[in-house]
Parts: sequence; structure tokens; C-alpha cells
Amino acid sequence: MRVALFVTCVNDALYPRTGRAVVTLLERLGVEVAFPAAQTCCGQPQYNTGYRRETEPLVRRYDMAFADYDYVVTPSGSCAAMVRDNYPRIGRKAAAEGRGSGLATAAARSVPKTYELTEFLVDVLGVTDVGAYFPHSVTYHPTCHGLRMLGLGDRPRRLLEAVRGLELRELPGAEECCGFGGTFAVKNAAVSSAMGEDKVRAITGTGAAAVCTVDNSCLMHIGGTLSRQGSEVRPLHLAEILASTEEEPWV
Amino acid sequence: MSGTFVGMPSFPVAAGVAVTDERLRGNLRRATHTIRDKRAVAVGELADWGALREAGKEIKDRTLRGLDGYLVELEAAVTAAGGVVHWASDADEANRIVVDLVRATGEREVVKVKSMATQEIGLNEALEAAGIAAFETDLAELIVQLGEDRPSHILVPAIHRNREEIREIFVRTMSEWGRPAPEGLTDSPAELAEAARVHLREKFLRAKVGISGANFMVAETGTLVVVESEGNGRMCLTLPETLISVVGIEKVVPSWRDLEVFLQTLPRSSTAERMNPYTSMWTGVTDGDGPEAFHLVLLDNGRTATLGDEVGRQALRCIRCSACLNVCPVYERAGGHAYGSVYPGPIGAILSPQLRGIRSEVDASLPFASSLCGACYEVCPVAIDIPEVLVHLRERVVEQGGKGHRLEKAAMKAAGWVLNHPGALGAGERLASKTRKGHPKKLPGPGGRQWGQSRDLPQLPAEPFRDWWKKNRA
Repeated sequence: MRVALFVTCVNDALYPRTGRAVVTLLERLGVEVAFPAAQTCCGQPQYNTGYRRETEPLVRRYDMAFADYDYVVTPSGSCAAMVRDNYPRIGRKAAAEGRGSGLATAAARSVPKTYELTEFLVDVLGVTDVGAYFPHSVTYHPTCHGLRMLGLGDRPRRLLEAVRGLELRELPGAEECCGFGGTFAVKNAAVSSAMGEDKVRAITGTGAAAVCTVDNSCLMHIGGTLSRQGSEVRPLHLAEILASTEEEPWV
Repeated sequence: MSGTFVGMPSFPVAAGVAVTDERLRGNLRRATHTIRDKRAVAVGELADWGALREAGKEIKDRTLRGLDGYLVELEAAVTAAGGVVHWASDADEANRIVVDLVRATGEREVVKVKSMATQEIGLNEALEAAGIAAFETDLAELIVQLGEDRPSHILVPAIHRNREEIREIFVRTMSEWGRPAPEGLTDSPAELAEAARVHLREKFLRAKVGISGANFMVAETGTLVVVESEGNGRMCLTLPETLISVVGIEKVVPSWRDLEVFLQTLPRSSTAERMNPYTSMWTGVTDGDGPEAFHLVLLDNGRTATLGDEVGRQALRCIRCSACLNVCPVYERAGGHAYGSVYPGPIGAILSPQLRGIRSEVDASLPFASSLCGACYEVCPVAIDIPEVLVHLRERVVEQGGKGHRLEKAAMKAAGWVLNHPGALGAGERLASKTRKGHPKKLPGPGGRQWGQSRDLPQLPAEPFRDWWKKNRA
């Protein structure tokens, strides 16, 4: 089983801890992980802002970077959804515009092997108890693309529930968007901020010590709002909680 | 569309003002959450919801594929039943047709059934300009009309108002339009409804002309259908001597049997009712019963152009249930007026720029008025992939260029080059990490300022992931 980590541009540049957590976790579960250096970004920021043609080289790059692997695992529901939902669309449109079927072929190769982390753990490795220990109260925010585009369902929850010492606190209005939305956060800053503030109010209301998601981009928005409000609640990627053990606490 | 909205500011500007209105935010939050929770229960009762949703989508798509044929069939059936069909290519033509029809009756006032199509074309304003008074008879539309306000929701046009505000509007303005509000009116829902009932009753009994839209038109029989909760629509449809229905061409369904699907999905999606309280159906004219003259104005107004767009055409499946508004986190904060259209919320964000084009500032901003969270697609009873259409329309706006997009395009191109050269990307990340001590918490420039409005930027790590990997694993 040749497994590659697609760390994503946001994690590479801003949240390398999450990438390290995924590597630690997968290696503990006996998976040999590779990191193809040719990878960069899935292209979602460009695509969702209306720059489809600018995304095309990144579709080709993704296909090329991961050509030698059976599985691509990414700690981002949003980026996995970009590959799975939008790469085929980008390929179809390129073909419809008379630019051949190469992009569609590249997209078709990428889709079946791309897994968001919790999907890979539950569906491919068949584990929900990853041997983690995290003696803190945690609330979980299911991010929109993980929830609705990928349909992660209760996979992240089941993984969290199996963590020893962890107390899971229900998040009211959990399925409501946090307001990040990529460039939406800048283009419609006022609405984005209002959504973020409401989400943070719900999070702090749980009294949990940490909030976790499967997407650091949403967490950047939530964490930035928590920080501005001087909150003690720690924003953590789910992978960091799963990487934590009694012998080697992650945080 | 309605002249009322011409010159609206772009969505971020209007929404930026709306989010600061605490009362509006409270009204919207309370109302949308109540409806959405009830809808979830009503939908959850049906074991075959998924199949109904798929069936609704299929019926609409099949109809849209053969729209020209079904409209001709409809015209023949309406004519055979004693009705008169008029074709209107745009708002001006539709308004002219209706004004001429009303003038021909010699009447100076009409009663109206709640209708999105007539709002879309600004019919009330056109009638007023022709010296004809149009009275809205739907309770919420009445509140909007009396308050000299604009509707802000497809189904609940006065959703932005609370009970105290409605009482104040009734007391202040009812007398100018007809029967005044009763003495000592309180803000209890029963008293407010009774005041409206008495006020409207006079108008129903006096009116000689009724104007409606329709939720559906059945091609095979020429039957029009209106579903409603109050019964006011039925009064307008049956009491006047002349009935004029203005309906978008996409509202046709091939057969009577197709209604079965929508009469289940529409009420549950919109008002969370298992069945809507009033379903009125009319086919041409009938001797000694109902209106003596019936006119159907078939409205295009951008629909054929929308149909020509492979991705965007799915917006024409919309049955105006407004479920997408009630789950939309952006609508909940910004309110309906910020969308600058009679179609607010997620469906408005894809429908208005297609019906009106993207030349105006507000229309060019609408495809960006979404965080693409997907909640709208999830609840849509005819499975319109609103996020897909939003992104599709963003592309069109970007291609058009204009304010801000030229600079953005250059930035996207530069980013594209870096992202296609992993060496350059790694070097950039390394440089950023090395200089992180000197980074401010807030970025300069408009983007940075907007981000810093309520959020701190994350602190850069000591080294990017790819460098850690190189040192520790490679």
C-alpha cells in the first residue's frame, strides 16, 4: 500500500504541526507515508473565486505528484472535496471547450485515490480507536465541505469518541458554517465576521478546552476570532488530538 | 426587474450595514431558525423524500428541455378553455399588456394575489404610473405595502419585521389605503390578523379585477395552480370579473400528474406543512362561476437566456419554496434587502444575475455573496446545486473584469506560477517563516484590513512542513 500525504498549502505554510501529527499518527498505525515534494495546492482558492483556467495546471500537478501512489491522504475535508467534486468538472469543461480530454483523464485518476484523513482511517484502515489519549474537554465543529461535499458523516465523531480521557461536548448549531469560505472572508468581511463571532459564541458556550475540526482553513478563521476575543479555547486539528498518546502527549 | 432595485449598492456594502442592525439580526435569526427546524421535521416524516426530490428535479429538467413544445400546448389548452394568452419578452412588455388589460375594463383598482413574477417586473409601480391602484392581499405583502417597504423574503416578505413594528405600520397607514386599524390595536397576532382581515374584506368585495401569478401551469389542461396558506389568494381568484395571471414560462409542467410531486415537496419545504391549506386551480372561464374573463401573460424576462446556459439553467427548476433562504447563514446575517432583488438569499444570488445579467454592481457582487457552505443545495427540494452555479457565475464576473477583478486576476496568475513551481513555493514559505518575528498581527491593504476586522492572523510557524519533512524523514 503506497500512501502519500497531501499536506495542502495552508498546512504546509501555516500549520506544519498538523502535517507532523498526520505522519506521527499514520506511522503509529503501521502505515509508511511518503511526501512527494512536487505537490503544492489543490487550487480551491482560485477555482472558488472564479479562476477556473488558473486551476488547470494544479489539477495536472496533483495528478503528476501522486501518480505513483495508491492512496493520497489529506488532513483537509475541503481540499479532498475540491479534488473529488471539482476536478472532474474542470476536466469536463476543458474538454467541452475543445482542449482535449487530458485534464479529464488526470482528474479521473486523482478522484478514486484521494481520501480525507478520517475517511482513510475508518474506511481504508478500518480503525476508529487509534490508541490516542487526550485528557481534555473538546467540542467538534464539522466543517461544511467535509460534512456536505464529502459526506464524512460520523467518522470524525467516532474517532473522537474512542480517544481515552477525552470528554466530547456537543456544539449547538454545529452544522452551521463558521463563515470562512475562502475569499468570502475578505470579499464579504462583515458577514463572515458576524458568522465567525456567532460560531465562537457557541464554542465558548460549551465550556470546552479545545475546538477541533478536520480543516485548518476554517480553524484559522475560528482561531483568529477566538484570539481576538482573548479566549482560552484552543483551536486544534483533529489529527493533533489523534496523534496524542499517554507516552507522547501532543499538547 | 423592478425599478425599486435599480442602483442598489453591491452586496458587501448593503450587507455590511445590515449586520450592524441588532433588531434585524434578531428578527431574522428567530424566524429562519423556527421555519428551518419545522421544515426538518416535516421533511423527516417522509420516507421517500430523496425519491420525491429526484422526481421533482427530473420533471423540471424534462420540462425545460421541451419548454417550447409545452408552452404551445399550454397556450392551446388555455385558449380552448376560454382564456386569452399573451406573450411578454420582458418586464416592460408584460407591464404594458397588464396595464392595457386593466384599462380596457375601465377599472382604477385591482386586488393582487401574492406573486413573485409581478414583483419581478415591478407591476405595482407600472400600474400606479398608469393611475391604477394595486392592493396586495397577502398579509405579509400588505405589511410591506403599507410600510412603503420592500419584501425581503420569497415566502415571508415581512420577515424582517416583528409584531410591534407591524402594529405601528397598521395604526399609522391603514386609514390611507382603506379601512383604518381598529381603536386600541395591540400587537397580539390574532388582533393583527383580524385588523388585516377586516381591512382586506372591503377590497375583495369591491374589486372587479384580480391579478395573480401561479405556482404551476399544467400544459395538458391549461390549468393554473396557486398554493397558499391564508385563502386571500382564492378570494382574488374567484370574486373579480376579470382575472389576469402573470406567470414565468418556467412554471409549466407537462401533466396534471406531475403536480403530485410538487404538492408534497413545496409545502413541506416552504411552510413546513404537510399540505398547504389552500390549493386553487383554474382553467379558462366557466359560465356563472368565477371570473368572466381570464388572461394569461407568459413572462420570459431573461428566462430563455438562462435556459441557454448549461450550468446555470438549473436555477429555472426553482419552485420558490425559500427553504434555501431559511438555512443560509449569509441570508440570516445580511437580510433580504442586501441582495437588491425580489429574489434574495442563495437562489436570488444565482437567479438575479442570470435574469438581469451581471452589468450592475449589485448583480456582479451576488455570485460572491456565499461562503459555499452547501446548506442551500442540501435542502433544495428540486436539487439545484446552488454552489456549483455560484462558482460558475463567479467565473463569468471575473471574465467581465471591472472593479477589483483586474488586480485580483494578476494576483491569481502570480500565485498560479508560484504554485506550479514547488521550489519557489518552498523558498517563499521558508523566507516567510524566517522573518516571522517581524510580522504584524494585522495585514496592511484592504484585504488585510477586512480580515483584521474581527480576527487575528495566525502566527507563522518556525519552519514549513516541507522543510521539517526534509530534515526528519526524507
